[in-house]
Amino acid sequence: MESLLDFGPLVQEFATILAGFWSTIRLTVMSAVLALVLGTVLVAMRVSPTPVLRSVGTFYVNILRNTPLTLVLLLCALGLSDTLQLTLSRDPGINYYWWAIAGLSAYTAAFVCEALRAGINTVPVGQAEAARAIGLTFTQSLRLIVLPQAFRSVIAPLGSILIALTKNTTIVIVAGYIEASAVMKQMFDDYGGTLPIFLGFAAGYMVLTLPTGFFFGWLARRLAVVR
Amino acid sequence: MTENGDATPLVRVENVNKSFGALHVLKDINLTVSRGEVVVVIGPSGGGKSTLCRALNRLEAIDSGSIVFDGKPLPAEGRALARLRSDVGMVFQSFNLFAHKTIIDNVTLGPIKVRGVSREQAERRGMELLERVGIASQAHKYPAQLSGGQQQRVAIARALAMEPKMILFDEPTSALDPEMVQEVLDVMIGLARDGMTMVVVTHEMGFARRAANRVVFMSDGQIVEENTPDEFFTNARTDRAKDFLSKILTH
Repeated sequence: MESLLDFGPLVQEFATILAGFWSTIRLTVMSAVLALVLGTVLVAMRVSPTPVLRSVGTFYVNILRNTPLTLVLLLCALGLSDTLQLTLSRDPGINYYWWAIAGLSAYTAAFVCEALRAGINTVPVGQAEAARAIGLTFTQSLRLIVLPQAFRSVIAPLGSILIALTKNTTIVIVAGYIEASAVMKQMFDDYGGTLPIFLGFAAGYMVLTLPTGFFFGWLARRLAVVR
Repeated sequence: MTENGDATPLVRVENVNKSFGALHVLKDINLTVSRGEVVVVIGPSGGGKSTLCRALNRLEAIDSGSIVFDGKPLPAEGRALARLRSDVGMVFQSFNLFAHKTIIDNVTLGPIKVRGVSREQAERRGMELLERVGIASQAHKYPAQLSGGQQQRVAIARALAMEPKMILFDEPTSALDPEMVQEVLDVMIGLARDGMTMVVVTHEMGFARRAANRVVFMSDGQIVEENTPDEFFTNARTDRAKDFLSKILTH
């Protein structure tokens, strides 16, 4: 009974826990940046006038968005890295780190793409017509006129995707990379699965995700396009 | 008012047809626009006026026939089409200023990104144009902070910044509050006096009388009648035109 209320392990392992959360943050930030870039490329493909690009974009999104993340990461770590020997670094730790990021960002990009596509639908068609009418090419009008307005209208949903991504990093445990939730599992093994340890880690995740939510809400209001 | 003595028309539209599904909106349209000419297109709603206007810079693709601009057929797509559009200004009913950009950025974007003009030069020219349309003091505001009439004048400045060979006006005053119509028409009349080639779809008969060289009356997808403004308004030849005029000129 006493061990159920003992916060001692959190104090003893504080440095390890912090290192775990630092890994979580690095995974999240790297994957978020790559997912944003890849998601933007995908949405450009999905709205492009070229049928081939459109189908490739649609195919990618439908596959990745409808596959469990665990499967994507297992494919990356076991399939591509271990079986096919596509290693991204000689150091196994760094190799699995990058494969985890590859899997997370490939998966998240599909959701970023769909959020952005919803954003594009909020931009009045006249904006793109005016862009074309002054002689901008399709790519220019997308880059200079349509996407900037689309981004601003989906900042809040993109924040939700970032929060989901932060929590999804826990699944990289299947890809052999150690982050906060893997530290928690190790502590459960060492100290027993106690409520204080769980609460400590849950609070740690909330420290990351709650401010993210507030920040994106604020940003969405600040950058909203007035029509 | 022909420019450098060039007698070939700037625009030649021949046998153009266009349908939206079962709706035949342009039926065998033939039209020429000379350099420096102001052509006003009027007619009842749904008669194909806007579609014709939008077809002239290929915002609407046509089903058959040909449109030749400045001696060259309209390109179907890609960079060639973008280049053509940079020479044809367009002013929309709903202004369509870029909502996330300031007024001056709206005016300089095209020259900088399409023409490759330096930002400094584009801004100097942009401010001159905003001065001309009377909006210079609002240059650093966003479109939503301006009235409709002001936005439409900015849209005209944005078109002028590209130094186009022709400007298309697609019902430029139809979305404006009545007290703002005249400020936009005044700018347009000024352009017409300066020799800009203009195709104007409008319901403003006063503008047609004062600034147009020619009135084109469209109804049911056809050009029913073409004439000088004076002849058309006082002495329309066709029943459809007479009927239309009786509805709009009685009050």
